Amino acid sequence: MTQYLIRRILISIPTLVAISIVIFTILALAPGDPLAEFAMNPAVPPEVRQRIRKSMGLDDPIPVRYVKWASSMLRGDFGYSFRSKSPVIDLIRQRLPTTLYVIGTAYLVSVLIAIPVGVLSAIRQYSIFDNVATTLAFIGFSLPTFVTGILFILLFSVKLGWLPMIYRTTIETEGLAGLWERVKQALMPIMVLGLFETAALTRYTRAAMLETIHQDYVRTARAKGLAERVVILRHAMRNALIPVVTIVALSIPGIFTGAVITEQIFRVPGMGSLLISAIRDNDTPVIMAITIIFSALVVLFNLIADILYGVLDPRIKYE
Amino acid sequence: MRRGIPDGGDELGATREEGVVMDELKQLEAAARTGQLNRREVLKRAAALGFSAPAIAALLAACARQEATPTTAPAAQTPAPTTPAPAGTPTPAAAASPTPAPVAQRGQGGLVKLLWWQAPTILNPHLAQGTKDFDASRIVMEPLADVNDAGELVPILAEEIPSVENGGVAKDAKSVTWKLKRNVKWSDGTPFTSKDVKFTYEYVINEATTATTMGNYQVIESIETPDDYTVVIKFKNPNPAWMNVFVGPYGMILPEHVLRDYVGEKARNAPFNLNPIGTGAYKVKEFRPGDVVVYEINENYREPDKPYFAQVEMKGGGDATTAARAVLQTGEVDYAWNLQVEATVLDQLEKAGVGVVEVIEGVNVERILINMTDPRKEVDGERSKLGVPHPWQSDLRVRRAYALACQRDVIANTLYGRAGKATSNILVAPERFVSKNTSWKFDLNEAAKLLDEAGWTKGPDGVRQKDGVRMEIVYQTSINPVRQKTQEIIKNAFEQLGIKVELKSIEASVFFSSDPGNPDTYAHFYTDIEMFTNGPSSTYPLDYMISWYGKEDNIAQKANNWAGNNIERWQNEEYDKLFEQAQTELDPKKQEELFIKMNDLVVNNVVIIPLVHRNGVSGRKKNLTGLELSRWTDETWNIANWRRSG
Amino acid sequence: MSEVTEQRRLKTPAGAVGMAVTLPARKPRSLWSDAWRQFRHHRLAVAGSFVLLFMVIATIVGPFLWPIPWNHFDMAEALQGPSLRHPFGTSDLGHDIFARILWGGRISIAVGVVAMLVAVILGTLIGAVAGYFGGFLDSLLMRMTDMFISIPSLPLLLLITYLFQDRMKAMFGIELGMFLLIVLVIGGLNWMPVARLVRASFLSLKQKEFVEAAHCIGVGTGGIIFRHILPNTLSPVIVAATLGVAQAIITESALSFLGLGFPPDIPTWGRMLYDGINWIEFAPWMVLFPGGAIFLTVLSINYVGDGLRDALDPRRMFAV
Repeated sequence: MTQYLIRRILISIPTLVAISIVIFTILALAPGDPLAEFAMNPAVPPEVRQRIRKSMGLDDPIPVRYVKWASSMLRGDFGYSFRSKSPVIDLIRQRLPTTLYVIGTAYLVSVLIAIPVGVLSAIRQYSIFDNVATTLAFIGFSLPTFVTGILFILLFSVKLGWLPMIYRTTIETEGLAGLWERVKQALMPIMVLGLFETAALTRYTRAAMLETIHQDYVRTARAKGLAERVVILRHAMRNALIPVVTIVALSIPGIFTGAVITEQIFRVPGMGSLLISAIRDNDTPVIMAITIIFSALVVLFNLIADILYGVLDPRIKYE
Repeated sequence: MRRGIPDGGDELGATREEGVVMDELKQLEAAARTGQLNRREVLKRAAALGFSAPAIAALLAACARQEATPTTAPAAQTPAPTTPAPAGTPTPAAAASPTPAPVAQRGQGGLVKLLWWQAPTILNPHLAQGTKDFDASRIVMEPLADVNDAGELVPILAEEIPSVENGGVAKDAKSVTWKLKRNVKWSDGTPFTSKDVKFTYEYVINEATTATTMGNYQVIESIETPDDYTVVIKFKNPNPAWMNVFVGPYGMILPEHVLRDYVGEKARNAPFNLNPIGTGAYKVKEFRPGDVVVYEINENYREPDKPYFAQVEMKGGGDATTAARAVLQTGEVDYAWNLQVEATVLDQLEKAGVGVVEVIEGVNVERILINMTDPRKEVDGERSKLGVPHPWQSDLRVRRAYALACQRDVIANTLYGRAGKATSNILVAPERFVSKNTSWKFDLNEAAKLLDEAGWTKGPDGVRQKDGVRMEIVYQTSINPVRQKTQEIIKNAFEQLGIKVELKSIEASVFFSSDPGNPDTYAHFYTDIEMFTNGPSSTYPLDYMISWYGKEDNIAQKANNWAGNNIERWQNEEYDKLFEQAQTELDPKKQEELFIKMNDLVVNNVVIIPLVHRNGVSGRKKNLTGLELSRWTDETWNIANWRRSG
Repeated sequence: MSEVTEQRRLKTPAGAVGMAVTLPARKPRSLWSDAWRQFRHHRLAVAGSFVLLFMVIATIVGPFLWPIPWNHFDMAEALQGPSLRHPFGTSDLGHDIFARILWGGRISIAVGVVAMLVAVILGTLIGAVAGYFGGFLDSLLMRMTDMFISIPSLPLLLLITYLFQDRMKAMFGIELGMFLLIVLVIGGLNWMPVARLVRASFLSLKQKEFVEAAHCIGVGTGGIIFRHILPNTLSPVIVAATLGVAQAIITESALSFLGLGFPPDIPTWGRMLYDGINWIEFAPWMVLFPGGAIFLTVLSINYVGDGLRDALDPRRMFAV
């Protein structure tokens, strides 16, 4: 086990290097321009824009740019953003708490709702509960977040006036009132994202449970006279968890990169909006920093998932 | 980290204060702040003077601020040694304010919330990367003068506007002399002088700084500062556009004492870029790039009774429609910028009655460019090459037929609404340069006749052809819902004429990029027609009219990495002559003639088809007043005068 | 645990060793005929198939029957609610939304289903190979999966547009070329969860007794992977597939906002939904009908998927 862990961690280093090279190359080749907005501004003539492009090193050969980036990265320096000229690490630090709070809560809520609902749906397959849950899940999944977001705004902000539609990081109110304000403004983004995530996860949980619930060992457990609760939780669910763990482990790193559309609708200053605006502005240092951290998380959580498989099903061997 | 607390400022301030006659309230507040009076005494005196409750509240806030700070550092808290605005020169904005408040009180208005759906990322205007950055910087920084909606210069840091009459502008227009306001201070307390102006020039013109505003300053030969309050700018050539430098968004002055060591390559590492020191009404309290800027009052601001709002919050991000909802429907923000929303939707949202839509007549024209060169033929590794004429668009009759097929009023009314009106001109501002000789109409029959005359007749499948060449065009633009609908309307009319149209839409950051390697940019123009918006940035719009100047190196092509301004690759000797003449023409009457002639040449030759004269549209809450939006400068330019009524 | 399944599955194609003896008179029942009986009894699945079939036929035949062409617009009729003339109302330019739903459905359903198939097939193959063989191959394939998950899709899409859009257009013509490009792109960006799901199931299943049994009777590697293990991993794959259709339909509209894919004047369901969202209070039909069409398609595909899964699982014969 320890040996397996060490080997996996060692493998992850060349993996990350390879990923960084591929991503860097894609970014360098992808079309776009940091100064596109000024194209239609006669006060910023084309030759000035080209000079600035050059000064950012955008016209250098890709290997040169990569080595430059990688060597400062090795020194723990993520570099400076082309756009705001501030250290990338500061930008990430500013965004991380909000992202973890809003997006993290949404994921947590969706896991907490989806697993019980999925299990119940499976136990009572084709019951009213199951059909309602299925229909809701598909409404949640076929309506993209830009639709549910606007619907929620219309209902809760415009009609009822209960919740603010703009997320503010600058709330200064202190004490309970301030806390309530902070919670209130996060409710809609959490609901929108939670709905979407719950929808998908419910389906996976339900399917996995259906697969195990009719197995012989579950019948055996029942035949032994075990309580239904024990049968479901110990015998059926444990084996059903493998796909669920896979899906959850896949989406946890996503908390770090945020949720672009939801963040955009409610103006949540999370990592998603940072990444997307960096991409639109060709702000390579910012994109690289975020994607590298993200891929490290992906590698890490896949490792965790692999270990959990072994825990859930002892027959799986670590090779 | 706040920078630069003035040393010994309090003593200076205290002595000056005595000499200055202030109204009672002002004195009380100052006394409260410096701690000469405690809360109770302030209250008593204020009540005795008969002040209203909000005024007293503001006073108490001043006390609280004083009481909360450790007594060891009173220096930092000393109120602005406010010199009153020079008598007799009130800013026109203040005079024009629709609600003249009897007792103007600094900071009385609390927090004002602005919403820009693009978020500012940098607060140094000379390194700005978009309008939002200029708008956000302008709240802190100031130019020598700004330009109001009528196109008139309004003195900001200048004492008066130079003119030929007052001797500020030389007769040959080769130099201009600015007199600066005295007693202006940077927010850190350092006095503002002519050296800062000169420094700004040196900062911007240094190629290694890579200032985005550099283009405006290349006309300068040298700058002299005979004394602390006089700046003499010498131009390389007679310059009728002298007002392009140190004026408006591209002219904000930088503090030499802060940025001295950050010229050239080091410019990008200056802490100033995120936390600027300015002479404006506000200073930055907190800045999260890409999200929000919070401003608080610059205590050193020169006008004692301004600004009205104690704090300004400029939130960024999101999209235009939800921004419109926030200001028109829920009233969560006081002001929202650039509401590019479908006309009908905007009208409906406004009915909620919370906010109103402000329309500022704009300078931009949405237009269709017609390629004079052949985008299909590749010659020497380049398509749309100068000298390779377009198979049918080089024929004026065909181009006129195109223009006749554009239903401009329908596009303007249904898609733009208040945000635009149909136009036949390419130069729609300033007023004196607008041509009255042009007109447009929508007439498919006449268009068909023109095409027939030109020899392009309908084939069996309904597509026009001549000598085996089919009239099939590609029509590109950037991705934007209104543009895609415009494309659809125009395609519909063109296809009725028998011209087959393929629509292409390109991500804006790609379409507008200056990447020489990408064929999909507007400057490569590898399609038959394309559409975008453009307009002058200066009231002497040479920098815009250069778009049709036909000199070889001004034509976007491979040789100059497509960095030329002339994208249609249209060449016309008469136009070139007019343009060259306008570069040095000083007689206002002749200037008008020149620009109108240039406009008419481009329009009558149908080099482009002007579609819609676009307006700026923003939203404000009903009770926000004092706005004086101008098409020539940042919407935030007079934020010191913004107020809340009722 | 899956021995029962296995026996049943073993017997079917190979000729049924034991059952043939006990039931000599009857025509041997195959897995598929069993599945079909089972499926027929699954009411929701049957309903789902009908709805789906109806929608496919409607989108294929409909545009020829409906008198208003999809690209015709009349601004005098803009923003009208549903009526006899325009059963689904009209858009802000005065397009007939019904005509556009019919026409756009062709593209949306085709893109949704084909892109999903690309993702599922690719993901299943990679997951199966990685899970079954393990070791270096697993490591290699999974790290590749990690990479695909990590690549930010927006620049990748812009790059693909830039590199391939014109070439595909030139090679296959504008419509087929764009269709192939979109389907490959969406499939190529969405196979990773399927791969990881399939691999996880394989890791667990390959240690089970019935696989050992198959080894013992000399079934080849391919047979074990595809005939013995794969059918047991279907249930998460079916979920991924149904969700994948919805995702592909929405993603297609997102792609058109990057200038990738069909020209902007071609209405697809996702695009219509996006175009309508600003009008949601004033002309809700602009959102309701495309949204409803996506929902109905995905829901029916889900029930068909559910029915298929149940039908293929013999232990649930009596579940209906």
